[in-house]
Order: sequence, then structure tokens, then C-alpha cells
Amino acid sequence: MSLPAGPKVYADARAALEGVVRDGITVMSGGFGLCGIPEKLIDALRDSGVKGLTVVSNNAGVDNYGLGSLLKTRQIRKMISSYVGENKEFERQYLAGELELEFNPQGTLSERIRAGGAGIWGFYTRTGAGTLVAEGKEQRVVNGDTYVLETGLVADLSLVKAWRGDTEGNLVYRKTARNFNPMMASAGRVTVAEVEELVEPGILDPDKIHTPGIFVQRIIRGTGYLKTIENRTVRKRPAAGAP
Amino acid sequence: MGWTRDEIAALGAQELRDGFYVNLGIGIPTLVANYIPAGMRVVLQSENGMLGMGPFPFEGEEDPDLINAGKQTITELPSSSYFSSADSFAMIRGGHIDLSILGAMEVAGNGDLANWMIPGKMVKGMGGAMDLVAGVKRVVVVMEHNSKDGAAKFKPRCELPLTGANVVDELITDLAVFSRPDRHSPFQLRKMAPGVTLEEVRAKTTAKFLPPS
Repeated sequence: MSLPAGPKVYADARAALEGVVRDGITVMSGGFGLCGIPEKLIDALRDSGVKGLTVVSNNAGVDNYGLGSLLKTRQIRKMISSYVGENKEFERQYLAGELELEFNPQGTLSERIRAGGAGIWGFYTRTGAGTLVAEGKEQRVVNGDTYVLETGLVADLSLVKAWRGDTEGNLVYRKTARNFNPMMASAGRVTVAEVEELVEPGILDPDKIHTPGIFVQRIIRGTGYLKTIENRTVRKRPAAGAP
Repeated sequence: MGWTRDEIAALGAQELRDGFYVNLGIGIPTLVANYIPAGMRVVLQSENGMLGMGPFPFEGEEDPDLINAGKQTITELPSSSYFSSADSFAMIRGGHIDLSILGAMEVAGNGDLANWMIPGKMVKGMGGAMDLVAGVKRVVVVMEHNSKDGAAKFKPRCELPLTGANVVDELITDLAVFSRPDRHSPFQLRKMAPGVTLEEVRAKTTAKFLPPS
């Protein structure tokens, strides 16, 4: 079956990163934990061999999957994240002084990315007032509450994952796999999206587009998604015949 | 002795009110969902982008695209909605969430909370905790009363880096419940686990608190 074609459509993840990756760039990578991460594009970024990356991502993957695989190969110089507790290699590299780390509160991180994509240089938030996060930042007291100045974030390259997309770059996410992806799509100078299903324009309901195509420069269809579950939790089925 | 994890969760559930939008943290706070009184309408928010969190899925029905903030597989309800992390924290920071129940490493008598970092030792990050304590109307902390070596965790000042300054409204431990009517008032001891005495609570607490009235 041939894929829908168009100027934004690339054959695969490797092709989609050609000409937009180089050493030392800032890369945003969507996802929460392992949910909604651009797994094909992360693998292609690793295989490109670029080094000295600053990576903006809520989490850092697990040891051998997602961004964890780029930590192993030492391609990341600095991470901007809110929580990295699932990655032992990350903790080891950081405590050994091999990796720079900037912790942002999760809401501050998501708003910094939203602001960056929306052309807003900075904003004041109560989050982090009176903590390490506020140190060295301008603060204002308004109606008795202390607010901390946080700045917008943009990236040279944003990698996002959606469920469905069309050749115009319009994206639809699925359930909690949306998370950081929409803001990151808007905050990348170049945004590359990977989708499970790539369709012609007109198939997706225009009223249900989550990320309009203007934010997406390149798009690929990924295949063979692993979609690893970090923490499988289930409940017992009620026994057959039970009231 | 003291209360079990489930008994602590049940005490946390007493803070729920009909119509509340609630965010529950990882660990014991998650168990609070098991003690929502029958007939009470409570909407659980998950900061990774969901309102109306349902129970764990039946085996074989796990969906990798549907997790909570603890990365556990969950289910949706007919009333559920999904949104981005930016919208999620607009709810949290914007004061739209009624109650946050979360864990802690230390709580101070002045309402300070520390739960995200042990310098040089534990590097996990604050996740959404700083936003939650800064933006949610009422903040309830659940934790073990003492550390494994017996040291007090409810103390005059937090020694670990803060998650928020003067943000805790109520503290539930395995030994006792402390709360305060507003953030200018000191904490008062409200309840003790069966068999626990005021003397024992005093001996295991270094924060100042008012005795039960």
C-alpha cells in the first residue's frame, strides 16, 4: 500500500532528520514517561550520531528505551526535565557530574514551552516561590503572593508523536499520549511528527484537530510501535456468575 | 502500632466533598480513591492530561496510551476528558482543583513542605508537586510520622530543599492527624491512632503544634 504523499511527508525517521540535526542543538521530545514518546525519531536521532544535545523532555525514558538510549551513548549534554526518577543511568551520570540537569516544575516546563511557541518571552508564576527553583530569578509580590519570572522555551528541533496525522501536518493525539506533544510542536523551529496512521487531507475532522499543520514541517508514518508500559496495573475480573 | 496505609488513605478520603476536583499523588494518596464515599461525586485529575480517572483496567485491557501520573495503566469513564500538559497545569495553577493529597519527606510547623530531593543522594525531580502546592486550594500531606531511623519528619523547619513554602493545610501520618484553619495559624493535633498517646506524639515530633482542644 503506498503512503499518502506531500511536501511534508518523509519516507522514514532517518530521512526526516536529514539536514536538521547537528551537534549542540536543543531538541524537544514529547511524551510523559514512555507514553506518547516519538520512539522512531528518538532512535533516528541516536543513530544520527549527533552529540552535545540539550534535550527538553518531561522525563528521560528508562535505561534502554526512549531518551534513555541517547543517555547511554552520551549524546546528551544537558536535560531540562521535571522528573527523571525512572532512569538509573541518568541519576548516575548526573551525580558523577557528567550530565547537566535543569529541573523545572512540570507546569512551569509545559507553560515555558507553550509560551515559547506562542511568542511570549516570559511569565510570572507562583510555582516554585520560596524554593531552589526561584533562586536567581526575578520575583514580584502581587496581592501578597510571590511570583517567579520564568521564560519561554523554544527548540531548534521538536520531535512529537501523534496517533493520526495528514499530509498537511494536522495531528490528532490519543488519550493521555497527548501530554507535552502539542506545545512542543509549536515551539520547534523545525517540528517533525511521527504518526501511527498517515492519511490524505479531508479524512481527519477539522473540528477535532489538536495540532494544526502550521506547527509541523515534516511528518512520517512510524511502524511497529513498542509502546512500552512502564507500570502495568490491572484489577481482577469479577468471577463469572458473581452478582 | 499506628494506622496502616489503607487507614491513612481512608482518613485522607474524609477530606473529600461532593463535587470536588481532586489530584492524588503517587503512593498512599492513590489509595484514597478506594475510599470515596458511595454516592459522592468526585472527579480525579491526573496531571499528565486527564479528568475523570477510572479504575485499573481488567487484565488484557491495558492501553499504553492511557496512564496516570504514576505511569500506571488506568481506564476512562463516560465523563472523562483528555488535554495537554499545559491545559492540565492551567487547571492546577489556576486554582480550579479543590484538593491535592500528596506524600512528603518533611513537613514543617510553618507549613513548608519538602518532597522532591535529597542533595547529593536522590535526584528524581519535583514533577508536578511544586505546581500543585502553589495552585490547589487545599493541600493535604500523608507520610510516615518518622523516618526509618526514628527521626522526626514533622519538624520546626524543613532541612531538605522545599517543594513549597507555607503550603500544607493538613498532615496525616501513621500516628496522628494535624490541621490548621488557615495558613497563618499553627497546626493543631486533631486525632491520634488507637493506642497512641499525646506524650508519644510529642516525643516523635519536633515541630510545635497545639494539643487537641
